[in-house]
Amino acid sequence: MPATQRNAAQAITGGFANPVFEAQAVFRQLMNAMANPGVLHAIETNVAPPAPLTAVAGALAATLFDHDTVIWLGPFIAREEKARSWLAFHTSAPLTDQALDAHFAILADPGHISSFENFAQGTQEYPDRSTTLIVQLPSLQGGPALELTGPGIKDRAVIRPTGLPDAFPALWKANGGKFPRGVDLVLAGPDAIIGLPRTTRVEALANVKEAS
Amino acid sequence: MYVAVKGGEKAINNAHRLLADRRRGDRSVPAVSLDQIVEQLALGVDRIMSEASLYDRELAALAMKQARGDMIEAIFLLRAYRTTLPRFGYSEPIDTSEMRIERRISATYKDLPGGQLLGPTFDYTHRLLDPDLMTDGEVEEGIAAEAETGRTPRVSEILADEGLIESDGELPDDHRTGDLTREPMEFPMERDIRLQALARGDEGFLLALGYSTQRGYARTHPFTGEIRIGEVEVLLDVPELGFAVSLGEIQVTECQMVTQFKGSAKSPPQFTRGYGLVFGQSERKAMAMSLVDRALRAEELGEDIVAPAQDEEFVISHSDNVQATGFVEHLKLPHYVDFQAELDLVRRMRAEYEENQKKREGNGGDTLEAAE
Amino acid sequence: MAKQENMAASETAIDETSRGEAMAVLARATQAELEAAWSDWRDKPEVEPVRGPETGLVMLRGRIGGGGSPFNFGEATVTRATVRLSTGQVGHAYALGTSKGKVRYAAIFDALWQDEQTRDDVEDAVLAPVRRRVQARNESRAAEAAATKVDFFTMVRGED
Repeated sequence: MPATQRNAAQAITGGFANPVFEAQAVFRQLMNAMANPGVLHAIETNVAPPAPLTAVAGALAATLFDHDTVIWLGPFIAREEKARSWLAFHTSAPLTDQALDAHFAILADPGHISSFENFAQGTQEYPDRSTTLIVQLPSLQGGPALELTGPGIKDRAVIRPTGLPDAFPALWKANGGKFPRGVDLVLAGPDAIIGLPRTTRVEALANVKEAS
Repeated sequence: MYVAVKGGEKAINNAHRLLADRRRGDRSVPAVSLDQIVEQLALGVDRIMSEASLYDRELAALAMKQARGDMIEAIFLLRAYRTTLPRFGYSEPIDTSEMRIERRISATYKDLPGGQLLGPTFDYTHRLLDPDLMTDGEVEEGIAAEAETGRTPRVSEILADEGLIESDGELPDDHRTGDLTREPMEFPMERDIRLQALARGDEGFLLALGYSTQRGYARTHPFTGEIRIGEVEVLLDVPELGFAVSLGEIQVTECQMVTQFKGSAKSPPQFTRGYGLVFGQSERKAMAMSLVDRALRAEELGEDIVAPAQDEEFVISHSDNVQATGFVEHLKLPHYVDFQAELDLVRRMRAEYEENQKKREGNGGDTLEAAE
Repeated sequence: MAKQENMAASETAIDETSRGEAMAVLARATQAELEAAWSDWRDKPEVEPVRGPETGLVMLRGRIGGGGSPFNFGEATVTRATVRLSTGQVGHAYALGTSKGKVRYAAIFDALWQDEQTRDDVEDAVLAPVRRRVQARNESRAAEAAATKVDFFTMVRGED
C-alpha cells in the first residue's frame, strides 16, 4: 500500500495548471498543424508526465483525451505503470490493448512501426472513426528529408523528422491508398508538432541539400 | 432552401430585455429564490431534472425561474447546460432494495414485508383548493412513529418465490450497456436504451400512451406491483482510488407494473413486468414509463403489434420533448424564401386549375345538352 | 457481509473501507460545515491544488426491473478535487452537486485523514458532527414515513 500510494502520488502531478486555457492553446496549435501539414507548430507547455511520455505528447493527451476516447499505448509506454496512471488521472480515458478499437494512440518508439493497418481505419460511411496517432519523435529536424504535397500545402513542403522508420513513405502511401479511410498522424517533437493528415502525400527526397 | 438574412438585432436585444423584465414581474412583489423553488415547488423541480436527464435540484430551480415556469423551456435550458460539462464516468447501478423509503405502496399485496407507507402523497386528498395557502400560515410537522430498519424487499421478489413472475430483465452476458447520449439511436433497440429514452421522455406523452394501453390500444392487464420513493446511494468507481466512492444520495421513484401474460411458444403463462425509474418524486411518470416499457416489449414477448404504444420507432422518436419542441417551434422562424416558392407554385397551380375549369365548363355544357 | 470479508482479507482492505466511509461522510457534509472545521483547524499544512475543483457529469445507472441488467437513466452533476498537502498526503474528493468550495475542503480532510497523526482529529472534529446531523435527519424522515404506514382492519378474519 505505501509503495503504490507513493507511485500514485508521483503520477498525479504534472497536469495542466489551468486546464481550460492551456487545452485551448494546445488545441488551436493542433488544429492549425492539421490544416497546414508540414509546418512546425510550437507547443509551449509546463505539463510534466512520467517517462517515456514527453511533455508535448502529455499536453496533446490532456487536450484531446477524455472519458469517451479509447486509447492504445505503444509497448514502451504501456509497460510503464506511472505513465498509464498519469494518463488515467489527467484524462480519465480508458485504455485498450486492441489498436483497432482506439480513437487515439501514442507511440514512443515509432522506429518499430511496420504498418498502420492495425489501427482503426474508419468506415466508408464514417471515415472519422479512425485512430489518430501521436508519434513521439526525438526531433523534428535533422532527419532524412520528406517532401509533402496535398491539401493545405502550397506546392510542396519539406520536413526532416528523426526517428521514423525507413519504410515510412511506403507505409504512408499504403495508408493514403485507402482514402477516405486511414489514420492521421501528429508528429510530436520536443517542443513542436507537425500534422500529417491522411490526405498528405509523402515522398522521400534522395538528395537532401538540392531538395531544400 | 436557406438564405441568410440580416437584421433585427436591435429588436432581438430589446425583446430579451423585455423578457427579463416580464420574467421579474411587478418589482413590488419579492423575487422568488432558488431555495423557495427547491423547497416549495419540489415536484416541478423533479420533473425538470427527470426530463432534462440531469440530477441537480439547484440548477433545475434556476432553470424554472429563468423559464418563468415554462417546464419544457426549463428542461431545454438544463439539457443545454449539461452539454457543457465533461463526463467523469458511469456510476455503479443504484440498488433500490437498499432505498431509504419515504413512500412505498403495492396494489397487489395488502400485507407485505415492510408494509405500505403512504408518505407525502396527494392520494386520498379531496382535491379541494385550500384557502389557507393563500397566506403564509403555520404548517404542522409530520408525525413521527417508530420506523422499521433494514432492507425492504421489492414486491417482485415475493412473486418470484412462487415462480409466477418473470425475472428482472437480463440482457445477454456480452451486452454492453447502451448510452443514447453517446451513440446515435438505431431501431430496433435493446431494452436498456429504451428505458434510458423513456426515463427522459415527456411525462404528458408517456401518460397519454400509458392511458391508451388501458383503453384497449394494446390491451394489457396492469397492476401496480409496487411504487417506492426514497433515497439511494450513488457509488462511482474511481481509478485513482481503486475503490468505489460514495458521492451522496439521490431521490428516485421506482414503479414495478405487473401484467398478466397468457404465455407463448417461448414462455409459460406468468406475470410479466414493466419497469419505471425516474428522478425525484415523480410517481405518475414512473407509472406511465412502466406501462409503456411493457407495451414496447410486444415483439420480445411474441405479441401482435397493433397499437401506437407498441411501436418502438413511434414512441421513442417522439418522446423527447426537447427534440419535439425544437422541431415544432422552428416553424415560427423565418421561412420567407420557402414560402415565396410555395406561393408561386400555388399561384401557378391555381391559374392552371381555373383555366381547366373554364374549359370544362365550356365542354360540360355541350355534354349536358347532348345528354338531354 | 462483503465488508467483513474484505477486512479479514487484508490490512489494505480495512484502510480502504474506512477511508471510503470517511469520504462518504465528507460527500454528505455542507460547505459551511467543512469551512468552519477548516478555519478551526490548528497547524494548517500548505495546500497545493493538483486537479480541480472541477464540475462534471456522472451517468447514473439503474437495473432493469430493479435487479436485472444495468441501464443508464440520467446524469448527475458531480464536483471533484485533488489536493496535495505540504506534509505529503494527497487527498481526493467527489460529491454530487456543483459546490467547488465544499469539495476542495473535503479533499483536504481526506488527505488529513490518511495521516495517522491527524486522523483522529478529522474523525472527531469533522466527521462526527456531520455523521450525527445526517443520521438525525435520516431517522426523523424514516419516523415521519413510518407514521403513514397503513394498518388494515379486516372485517372477517381467517383466524379462529
